[in-house]
Amino acid sequence: MHLAYPAVLAVLLFCVGLYGVLARRNAILVLMSVELMLNAVNLNLVAFDVWLRDTLHAGQALTLFTIAVAAAEIGIGLAIVLLVYRNRGSSDVDKLTDLAERSAEDEQAHPQSQQQAEAAA
Amino acid sequence: MTLAAASHGFLTPSGVEIAFLLVGLVTLGAAVVTVTTKQLVHAALWLVVALGGIAVEYLLLTAEFIAWVQVLIYVGSVVVLLLFGLMLTKAPIGRSPDADSGNRWAALLVAVASAAVLVWVVVDAFRASWIDLDGAAQGSTEVSGRSLFQHWVLPFEALSVLLLAALVGAIVLSRRNGEGPQETGRAAAPVSREGQR
Repeated sequence: MHLAYPAVLAVLLFCVGLYGVLARRNAILVLMSVELMLNAVNLNLVAFDVWLRDTLHAGQALTLFTIAVAAAEIGIGLAIVLLVYRNRGSSDVDKLTDLAERSAEDEQAHPQSQQQAEAAA
Repeated sequence: MTLAAASHGFLTPSGVEIAFLLVGLVTLGAAVVTVTTKQLVHAALWLVVALGGIAVEYLLLTAEFIAWVQVLIYVGSVVVLLLFGLMLTKAPIGRSPDADSGNRWAALLVAVASAAVLVWVVVDAFRASWIDLDGAAQGSTEVSGRSLFQHWVLPFEALSVLLLAALVGAIVLSRRNGEGPQETGRAAAPVSREGQR
């Protein structure tokens, strides 16, 4: 088998996962996309291990380790998402902007606009 | 590790290559649906198809043990965990129009650009490389077990400690606070509980 087939498939899967991480809004869907990216890397590891006929089978051992680390990651990640949901009522990544940097004008502009809205009402 | 001779052309694929290509197309399509569907539960179910397809690719690459580990851990437990996560965060059943954020076009641009660059580089680098799949299976359970427990024992044991730490961490994170009145159904409203912590 040409090595290009598994390598290109891994690249495409990785980029699909990259799109998912950047474009999705729900934190759990972001975690799914991360799983896709990890699987692409695993496919590369297995393909190169078989190609190189490694006597230590480093690629396959590392694939097993990656799978275990991914399982740990998904457990911790879901616990964090559940905690965020419990505290804030939403698992929306776009709304977690507590650490976002806002300029002082924004801070002043917001209450003013709220007051204007109330006055208009 | 042999270089592809003139006999191994891309236009005359072998049976394994055709199977790999077809399963790869199914896997890629399922992955694309996973990241684009607007129904959250369907995304998790399409992820099963994608991960199962990757397991079949492992089988075609003669890595049997990894294939079954993939089925057991990913399809068996990770997807179930994700479904539980979706249910516990009260994900809407049916179409949710705000599944994608506003920067999806920028994300598409980044993904397509990186895919183009990486495919170009990878094809340019490995178009002459040939995987020799004949002979004994490279990843049978016996071979994997031998290499794992002869050469990789220390990382293996360290990994078990890591899994234990992850288990304890997940329990600590998802445990509710013992003190204070435990009102029920507080997950439904965005209550500000920062003051209690």
